[in-house]
Amino acid sequence: MIRLFRFLKPYTGSVIAVLALMFFQSLSQLYLPTLMADIVDIGIVNGDTNYMIRVGGLMLLVAAAGSICAILASLLSAKTATGFGKTLRNRVFSRVGSFSLHEFDRIGTASLITRTTNDITQIQQVVLMLLRMMAMAPMMCVGGVIMAVSMDATLSLVIVAVIPLLAAAILVVARKGMPLFKTIQGKLDRLNLVLREGLTGIRVIRAFNRINYEKKRFSDASLDLTDTTIKVHRIMAVLMPGMMLVLNFTTIAIIWFGGIRIDNGNMQVGSLMAFIQYVMQIMFSLIMVSMVFVMIPRASASAVRINEVFDIAPGIQDPEHAKNADFGKGLVEFNDVTFSYPGAERPAVSNISFSARPGEVTAIIGGTGSGKSTLVNLILRFYDVDSGSILIDGVDIREMTQESLRTKIGFVPQTSILFTGTIADNIRYGREDATDEEIERAARIAQAAEFISGMKEGYETVIAQGGTNVSGGQKQRLSIARALVRRPEIYVFDDSFSALDFKTDAKLREALKRETADAAVILVAQRVSTVMDADRIIVMDEGRVAGIGKHKELMSTCGIYREIVSSQLSEEELA
Amino acid sequence: MSEERGRHNPIGMPGRAFGGPRMGMPVEKAKDFKGTLVRLIGYLKPRKFQLFQVLLTAILSVIFSIVSPKVMGKATTKLFEGLMAKYKGVPGAGVDFDYILRILVILGGLYLISAFFSYVQQFVMAGVAQKTVFDMRKDINDKLSRLPLKFYDSHTHGEILSRVTNDVDNISNTLQQSITQLITSIITLVGVVAMMLTISPLMTFICIMTLPLYVFVTKPIVSRLQKYFAAQQKALGELNGHVEEMYTGHRIVKAYGRESASIDAFNKINDRLYEAGWKAQFISGIIMPFMTFLNNIAYVFVSVVGGILVTRRAIEIGDVQAFIQYSRQFTQPLNQTANISNIIQSTVASAERVFELLDEVEETPDSTDAMAIRFPRGEVKFQNVDFGYSEDVTLIRNMNIDVKPGQTVAIVGPTGAGKTTLVNLLMRFYEISGGKITVDGVDIRELKRESLRSIFGMVLQDTWLFNGTIRDNIAYGREGATDEEIVRAAKAAHADHFIRTLPDGYDTVLNEEASNISQGQKQLLTIARAILANPAILILDEATSSVDTRTEVHIQRAMAELMKGRTSFVIAHRLSTIRDADFILVMNEGSIVEKGSHKELMARGGFYADLYNSQFAGGKPAEKAV
Repeated sequence: MIRLFRFLKPYTGSVIAVLALMFFQSLSQLYLPTLMADIVDIGIVNGDTNYMIRVGGLMLLVAAAGSICAILASLLSAKTATGFGKTLRNRVFSRVGSFSLHEFDRIGTASLITRTTNDITQIQQVVLMLLRMMAMAPMMCVGGVIMAVSMDATLSLVIVAVIPLLAAAILVVARKGMPLFKTIQGKLDRLNLVLREGLTGIRVIRAFNRINYEKKRFSDASLDLTDTTIKVHRIMAVLMPGMMLVLNFTTIAIIWFGGIRIDNGNMQVGSLMAFIQYVMQIMFSLIMVSMVFVMIPRASASAVRINEVFDIAPGIQDPEHAKNADFGKGLVEFNDVTFSYPGAERPAVSNISFSARPGEVTAIIGGTGSGKSTLVNLILRFYDVDSGSILIDGVDIREMTQESLRTKIGFVPQTSILFTGTIADNIRYGREDATDEEIERAARIAQAAEFISGMKEGYETVIAQGGTNVSGGQKQRLSIARALVRRPEIYVFDDSFSALDFKTDAKLREALKRETADAAVILVAQRVSTVMDADRIIVMDEGRVAGIGKHKELMSTCGIYREIVSSQLSEEELA
Repeated sequence: MSEERGRHNPIGMPGRAFGGPRMGMPVEKAKDFKGTLVRLIGYLKPRKFQLFQVLLTAILSVIFSIVSPKVMGKATTKLFEGLMAKYKGVPGAGVDFDYILRILVILGGLYLISAFFSYVQQFVMAGVAQKTVFDMRKDINDKLSRLPLKFYDSHTHGEILSRVTNDVDNISNTLQQSITQLITSIITLVGVVAMMLTISPLMTFICIMTLPLYVFVTKPIVSRLQKYFAAQQKALGELNGHVEEMYTGHRIVKAYGRESASIDAFNKINDRLYEAGWKAQFISGIIMPFMTFLNNIAYVFVSVVGGILVTRRAIEIGDVQAFIQYSRQFTQPLNQTANISNIIQSTVASAERVFELLDEVEETPDSTDAMAIRFPRGEVKFQNVDFGYSEDVTLIRNMNIDVKPGQTVAIVGPTGAGKTTLVNLLMRFYEISGGKITVDGVDIRELKRESLRSIFGMVLQDTWLFNGTIRDNIAYGREGATDEEIVRAAKAAHADHFIRTLPDGYDTVLNEEASNISQGQKQLLTIARAILANPAILILDEATSSVDTRTEVHIQRAMAELMKGRTSFVIAHRLSTIRDADFILVMNEGSIVEKGSHKELMARGGFYADLYNSQFAGGKPAEKAV
């Protein structure tokens, strides 16, 4: 967790100020008993009521000053901790934003979300507690010792002797307790895992009649957690009474030795009373510290997860001297491209070479797992190729900025993703400065105009998070409209018509043909019917190109293509 | 690591280290506070004796610690008296150290006893609290195993998990800390006031007079706090929403070059969160200084008035010291009890959610004379079956099918057509609303669930494997399977080869997400599991995606192996499977819209014909592939 404290750097001033303010606050809190000692030693002994009232007034001032310090400290610590959280959140979010899909696959989207939200909240809270509770204890100790020494140096030896003892005791319990708290966290996670598996696998569990087996698994995990928790709480049960005991015996020692010193005339009774109260103050601040114990293991688990995010370097970065490919029209060339997913035995695609020209439709077809979608991911540079190169208008895509590369492309993914906002916003996502007319035109071409106008709010209809209020087919059409409004040089459709019914599919493709006449269209598909008319069909098989050509050519030259066709077209049609 | 995102932990709710939601946090309220509380207390009943122990030791511990300041005061008084005598020049005067020693020994005894009881109290309470929570978790889990699938389909996993983890955790912490805190706070308060009264009614009066000030000061703070906390929660919610959306849409954000727009939007929300956040934290942070200040005022008054009273010989000097200690202890339990009312409310709200779960309607239990089919043949009949997930929407009306042993039924439909419905009905995960389903002529409602489900084997696309070895995962198919049988099943499922290439073979532990083997390999394992179970009837889901070609071939062969001689219901994507099926059920939007053989359905020219044409055949029938 300490590694994350580097984000506190801009707040160094504030942190120092908080510590200073707390120090003053603790001094004021400790100064009160000192003044009280004066009341006893001077006021009571002399029977001077006026003096007592005067000192009382002074005490009120001191108390007020202390409170002002505390309030200022609270202000600064609140600003520091939330500011720290803000910075951290910002860094994590931009970091994750710069990740390529490699890194996303590695950690997992859900986990990344937790890391950006809950984990940071957890840490922010601990920083606040550290600034408020943890910092108070050493300040109190130091202040207490200073006050004690200034009051009676000899007697303060008692306090000086006890503080390391207490610190050691806390340290021991922390050393013993912290790992146990960590174990608890681990066991809690285990219990959650079992429970989650039970929920996701509910059908399987019941289908295989394994309810009792699952019950036992749960009960084992639960019992394990219970046992450890009891153990930890029983260890912690020593801490509090133990600390109290040490401090209470310190008071006894103070009274005894103080009594001797008083008897010898080296000290006053009021000072003794003040001493006892110093000990009380120190004690309360130490109790606060022990409360933070519980929070730290949780937060450090969060910190580990966040640091993991920082430790992963984004795999894909822009070149320092980016080249432009502004002059071209969208010529895409693959030169002997090979790529494998991390940890995979075999490359997902190997030795791929082809080119997709502007004004033409290039279709990619093949079975599941043949590497079609991988090609799409490579064009958009979601992953970098292992060997070979991909050129757009003659420029290697690794030599362009990612932004300039992607500006050229209108991408429609396999599973459509929409964002919270109106339908118009979602289409405008393709090009920020698109006019309303352009948006409506794009919607018309994408066959979305009809259902949009059927909605009560039309283009202003708000899409809920995750696009739950529109159907799969509607989502797909909106994400096509989004690509259209971009007017890109290259269109990439990754199996983007799957959720459309037959009639809409046909109409959409008819309208698209006109719209995309000048652009390079790359079309990934499963259905032969979708690719038959393409200017060029690339047949993929197990990550390799099995054939390139038009439908008719492939029917006579490419066995794999014939296989695909025959599995999809009925015999009558083939005949 | 627990990364449940059921209910987001709001800022300002640290892991309950400070005894739950702090003052001013908006607290959820239970609908039926009293009823829930009574029921919650019911959980503690079996541990009456220990609880009584806790109560007793708490009382004793507090009493002993409350007496000690007054005893200590006696020592101070004695010191002072000796000193004053000396001061006045009384001959032979000095501090009576014998007396003081006696007092200190008594004091030491008091401290020891108090510490001992306090330890015992916490020691016992740890057991009581955790065991109670254990019982509660067990009840919940048992309940979950009796709930119908309907419940799971209408509640998110996050929701259910949150009850078992967050809510139970909340209850556990309350039991562990707050109950004893409540007990000790009340006793301390009463004890302290009593002790203060014995010293000086006047000074006690002064202390008590500061109480209204507390209310006066905290009330405006708290009301403002609630406003800022609400603002903070709102900003946090927005932020979480944005993060979720941007991360799930990462590819689109990148493809459309909107990274900076997304970061801008994030920063805007983050700024708002910061603004609301620091205010909320600041305001909640100033409650303490104000409290301390008021307490200090009381302290000053006690010192001055006490001093004056001592000079008038109304009280002793040691009493002032004792009084100061009491007045310091006076406000703490007050704060705590104020907090505890919040804690109890949120605990009861948690308990209510847990009890709600415990009160959900369970599956109809097997009737006592339920039958079992010893040697199933695999004949399935639907007779006039009506079914709907909710009462007002009937998805299936008057359906009749007759599947002979060994036949294959293909289930076809667009993605998301609710093909699991059939699984739900066959396995009796849901109850039909009319007609009957029979297996080998027996109504499935007259069968023991266990017997019914052992007739079926299921291989679904969303494979379910658990965190354990591959061996255990396959053995899941049948309890008590031997190693030999497991390997045989793996071989039949074409899984043996890949398992043996793994570093630990059959003992390879699948990690949490089972991401150490591929999707296709997972499917092979579930097939092996089904083979081991040796069911008479199969429910299969054909692979469509994320499986490499070679594995796909293996899966196909394994499935073909599995289907031999068994009645099979296949959720089909493959043309050959559909054509070869004995008949086809066509599903759309959750209901069965057509049924019949491929030829019959094509001849009918309905939904199936359309679907078939668009999915499998050439788009334009005119352009025949030649």
